[in-house]
Amino acid sequence: MDFGGINPVILIATLMASAVPILMAALGEAVVERAGVLNLGVEGMMIIGALGGFIVAVETGSPVLGFVGGAVAGALLSLIFALLTQVFLANQVATGLALTLFGLGVSSLGGQGYNGIKPPSTTQLLPDALADLPVVGPILFGHDWMVYFSILMTAVLWWVLKSTRIGLIIRAVGESHEAAHALGYKVNRIRLMCIAFGGAMAGMGGAYVSLARVPQWVDGITAGAGWIALAIVVFASWKPWRVLIGAYLFGGITVLQLNLQVAGSAIPVEYLSMAPYLITILVLVIMSAGRKANGAPAALGQNFHASR
Amino acid sequence: MFRLEKRPTPSKFWLYATPPVAVILTMIAGGILFAAMGKNPFEVIRTIFWDPIFGEFAFYLRGQLLVKAGPLILIAIGLALGFRAGIWNIGAEGQYIMGAIVGAGVGLAVFPTESRWIFPVMVVAGAFGGWAWAMIPAILKTRFNTNEILVSLMLVYVAETILAKASTGFLKNPEGMGFPGSRNFSSYPAAQNAELIAGSGLHWGGVAALVTGVLAYILLTRHQAGFQIKLAGQAPRAARFHGVNPARLVVMCMGISGALAGLAGLFEVTGPAGQISIDFNTGYGFTAIIVAFLGRLNPLGIVLAGFLMALTYVGGEMAATNLGLPDAAIQVFQGMLLFFLLAVDVLTNYRFRLAVGAH
Repeated sequence: MDFGGINPVILIATLMASAVPILMAALGEAVVERAGVLNLGVEGMMIIGALGGFIVAVETGSPVLGFVGGAVAGALLSLIFALLTQVFLANQVATGLALTLFGLGVSSLGGQGYNGIKPPSTTQLLPDALADLPVVGPILFGHDWMVYFSILMTAVLWWVLKSTRIGLIIRAVGESHEAAHALGYKVNRIRLMCIAFGGAMAGMGGAYVSLARVPQWVDGITAGAGWIALAIVVFASWKPWRVLIGAYLFGGITVLQLNLQVAGSAIPVEYLSMAPYLITILVLVIMSAGRKANGAPAALGQNFHASR
Repeated sequence: MFRLEKRPTPSKFWLYATPPVAVILTMIAGGILFAAMGKNPFEVIRTIFWDPIFGEFAFYLRGQLLVKAGPLILIAIGLALGFRAGIWNIGAEGQYIMGAIVGAGVGLAVFPTESRWIFPVMVVAGAFGGWAWAMIPAILKTRFNTNEILVSLMLVYVAETILAKASTGFLKNPEGMGFPGSRNFSSYPAAQNAELIAGSGLHWGGVAALVTGVLAYILLTRHQAGFQIKLAGQAPRAARFHGVNPARLVVMCMGISGALAGLAGLFEVTGPAGQISIDFNTGYGFTAIIVAFLGRLNPLGIVLAGFLMALTYVGGEMAATNLGLPDAAIQVFQGMLLFFLLAVDVLTNYRFRLAVGAH
C-alpha cells in the first residue's frame, strides 16, 4: 500500500506526532489572543521550553518531569512579556519580538554542554497488542502520551472557551476590555494569567521537539515552529478544533516533505524544505482574503490602562 | 502601592533619557549575568564598552565599529519608517539575504569583465533584490489583508534556503575545488566594495548609512510622506480623513525598508563578508529591530544606536576571545537591552503616583 515509497498509514501516524509542538503552542497562543493579547514571543518561549525540558529530563531521568520543566520554563519567560505589557504597558509587538530574540539567546547560552546527549525517551503509552493492529493501530494507539494530551487539551480548551464562565470572562476581556473592566474584572490580571498559560503550552510544545521529535539539544532547534504556530492561530480563526486541523495539515506537509526527501524525489531538497513556509503563507492568504476582521478578537494587541 | 497616571503630553525629558537609562540598567543586569557565569563583571563591561574605543587595539577596532554599524543603521532606518506607521516588517534578514544574492549574482554574471559601471549596477540590483522580497508581504497585505509580520518572517526561512542553494549551487565558485561559497569579491576589483580609506573601516555601506540617516530625517520632519507616516501611526482614523492611502503607505514603507536591507546585504557581501556563503547572514536584520527602538525610531537616534549596538558586537567578540565569554551571552545582553528600553519607556507616557488609600 505504498505510494511512491510513502506508506499512508505511517504518514498519518507520524504527522500526528510531528504536529504536537505547533499544536500545543498554537492552542496556548489562541487563548492568549482570545484574551486580547498578541504575544509574538512564541518562538522564544518554545525554545526555552525545549531547553528547560531537555535539562530537567536529562538531570532527573524522567521525561514526564521534563515536560513539566518545559512548561515552567516557557511560563517563566512569558512572565517577562506579561510584566512589560500588562504592568509597564509596553508595545506588544515590540515586546514579543524582544522575547523571541532574548529566548533564542538564553537557550543558546544555557544549552552549552548539553549537545550530543540523548534524553530519556518518551515511549508509546498503550500496550503493543493495540498498537500492532493493522491500520488503526499505528494511527490511534501507537503514540506517546503527549499526542493524546495535546488532543485532550484541544477538547478542554474548546469546552472552556465555549461553555464555561472562565471562557466567557477571557473572551469578554479580549473583545472589549473597557466593558470587562466596568463589570469589575481585573483585565490585566486575567491577561497575565492567560499569557502564563500560553507560555506553559509553548514551553511544553518546545520540550516535545527536544525530547521526542529530534531528540537531542541543538541550537535553534525549534527552527521557526513558533512563528508557524502564530500563523496557525490566524488560520484557525482562534478556534481550538480548527487549530488542531491546521496543525495536522501543517504536520502532514512537513512529514510528506521529509519523506519525499528520503524517498529521493526529483524535486531538489532545498525546494522541499521551503515548502512548509510557502504553504503557510499561501494558507494565510486564503484565510485572510476578502474578509476585513476575519474573526480576530476586537481588542487584540491593545493595552489596557484603567484610568479609574 | 504605586499606580500609573497618564501624562497629558509625553514627557520630553524621558523621551531622550530612556535610551541611556536602559543602557545603564542593561549594564547592571548584564554584569550580574556575567558574574553568575563566573566572569569579573567590571572587566567584561570594560572590554565591551571601553576597549574598542579607547583600548590597546582601538586603532583597528574603531574601524570594525563602522563595519558593523553600517548595515545595522541602514536596515534600522528602513524598519523605523514602517514601525512609525504601524507596519511591521520583521523579515529584514530575508531581504538582506536576497539583496546580497541578487546583487552578487549580477556581479558574478559578468565576471571577469572590468568596468567602473559594474559596482553601481550591482548596488541597484541589491536594492532591487531586497525591495522585491519585501514587496511579497506588502502586496499580500494590501491585496489580501494578510498579516505582514508572519509573511515577512516566513520569507526569512525561504531566503535562507535560497542562500544555501546559491552557495552550493547556482552561485558556487567554479574554481572553488568543490567547497561551498561563491567567488570572493576581493579578487574581483570591479565589483569589490573596498575600504575607501585604508584601515578606517569605512566602505560605501557606511557612507550610505550616514546619508540615509540624514535623508530619512529630512523625510520625516520636512516632507509630506513623513507626515503621513507619523499620522498613520499615531492616529489611523485621522490619517484616513486626511486622505492617506493605507495601501500606498504599506507599499512605500515595506519597499523602502526592503531596499535598504538589500543594500546592506550587497555592501556586506562585496565588502566585509567577501562572498556568498551558507552562513553569510549573521542576524543583522533582527538586531536592527533593537537598533530601531533604541534610536527611538528617529533616524538620527538610530545612527547613534547603531554605533552602540556595533560596540556590543565588537566588544562582545573581544570578550569572547580574551575572556572566554560565549557569543550567546552577547545575544542575551542585546535582548535585555530591548526589554529595559520597553520597560523604561512607560515613563514617557505615564508617571508613577503613590496611591494613598485610593482603592
